[in-house]
Amino acid sequence: MSAPNVVPQGSPQPGPPLWLLAELTYRCPLHCAFCYNPVDFTSSGPELSTDDWLRVLREARAAGSVQCGFSGGEPMMRDDLEILVAEAHRLGFYTNLLTSGVGLTPQRAAALKAAGLDHIQLSFQDSTRESNDFLSHTRTFDLKQRVAAMIKENGWPMVMNCVIHRLNIDYIDRIIEMAVELGAEYLELANNQYYSWAMVNRDQLLPTRAQLERAERITNEYREKLGDRIRIFFVVPDYHETRPKKCMNGWGNVFLTVTPDGTALPCHTAKMLPGLAFPNVRDMGVREIWYESEGFNRYRGDSWMKEPCRTCPEKEKDLGGCRCQAYMLAGDPAAADPVCDKSPHHGVVLEALARAESGDDVAAGRAAPLVFRDPAESRRLTALRR
Amino acid sequence: MTAQVAVDACPRVSRRFRLQWEEAQNAWVLLYPEGMVKLNQSAGEILRRCDGERMVSTIVADLEQAFGASGLADDVANFLAMARTQQWIEI
Repeated sequence: MSAPNVVPQGSPQPGPPLWLLAELTYRCPLHCAFCYNPVDFTSSGPELSTDDWLRVLREARAAGSVQCGFSGGEPMMRDDLEILVAEAHRLGFYTNLLTSGVGLTPQRAAALKAAGLDHIQLSFQDSTRESNDFLSHTRTFDLKQRVAAMIKENGWPMVMNCVIHRLNIDYIDRIIEMAVELGAEYLELANNQYYSWAMVNRDQLLPTRAQLERAERITNEYREKLGDRIRIFFVVPDYHETRPKKCMNGWGNVFLTVTPDGTALPCHTAKMLPGLAFPNVRDMGVREIWYESEGFNRYRGDSWMKEPCRTCPEKEKDLGGCRCQAYMLAGDPAAADPVCDKSPHHGVVLEALARAESGDDVAAGRAAPLVFRDPAESRRLTALRR
Repeated sequence: MTAQVAVDACPRVSRRFRLQWEEAQNAWVLLYPEGMVKLNQSAGEILRRCDGERMVSTIVADLEQAFGASGLADDVANFLAMARTQQWIEI
């Protein structure tokens, strides 16, 4: 008997959409400067109804989806969350709720437990505009503590997620200690990825190499010290690498996002890509979306690649990196991800890194205030881009 | 480095995981927060018998009968030792 296989890798014939991310709403009580929701979220269409979502869940499950994440925005903003969780559970999904904890009362926690919710991922983030150092913000901490206690009382495994950036990375030891104190089984230290709102604020959020190395060293020390008590993931910060990440484990390979207005995407941010029509679950079934739609087929496999990817010996390892990053930094979604030092546009990444190292806050763009995610800023930025 | 699971122990799938048959993948899978392990046939057949009531020796006998095989004890023991390291099973 041989060892079991792990998650399937990319193959010419796509497997099922194993991961369904249901972004229920863009409404959110928080204003995170690193939010991955699109900057123009205010121009998104009306939210899917309860019945629409129930149909999407059934279709996705029939197409082979097995992990279901309820996300947002803040998914607790939807009053029908418990109904959707119950149906997902009944269908045999493993159900994950990705929340800031705002709005999770003991009553709703009990209802979600009864509905069969399997797991809660609780994120730390700055919930105020006034304070960048959310760790010093006691209201946030009190909230997380209350929610963490609720998670424990209901017997859910707890994953804590914290987006790490220039302004909090030096407190990584306190973040880890907080997660341990709150009883998390897993901690994701998610080094910021520069999309959407984080891209708007990149100069203020991108850490120095020394900050990153220190954070990684401290993380490793805690891993050794804490052993099995908590599993700590340190998400690789791709700007500081010389090879790109295998984004979403391959385009249209395992991951299907449905946005609040029903647009189906191969990743959270793909809607930004020009010249690609993504289907809407109101018009097309999930199976057809996954296997037949142009949006999902465009960057599958490697036949779309250009040089230097096309002849690169490592192309199967990273599949050319991220299409959105290629579009944002090289102006072409079929280009090599400029994080790769083989990309002719790698200089763009090096420039951003050089600014991060610069001691001159004004010249490096850090004197500008952070742009916080909210509807007014969304409308302002959307108008600027037109 | 992995410790063997005693033949009279009654392993069960850990509460951290959910074992489930997935028709679309034609496989048993272990589900956990935001993740999945797809099991090969033999791993699935062993784990589905880890119900906290059957002893390892019973599981071996069961598998040998179900698959018309013999001498599976070592393979099962090796797999269970690995599964315990991965925290897939509790004793």
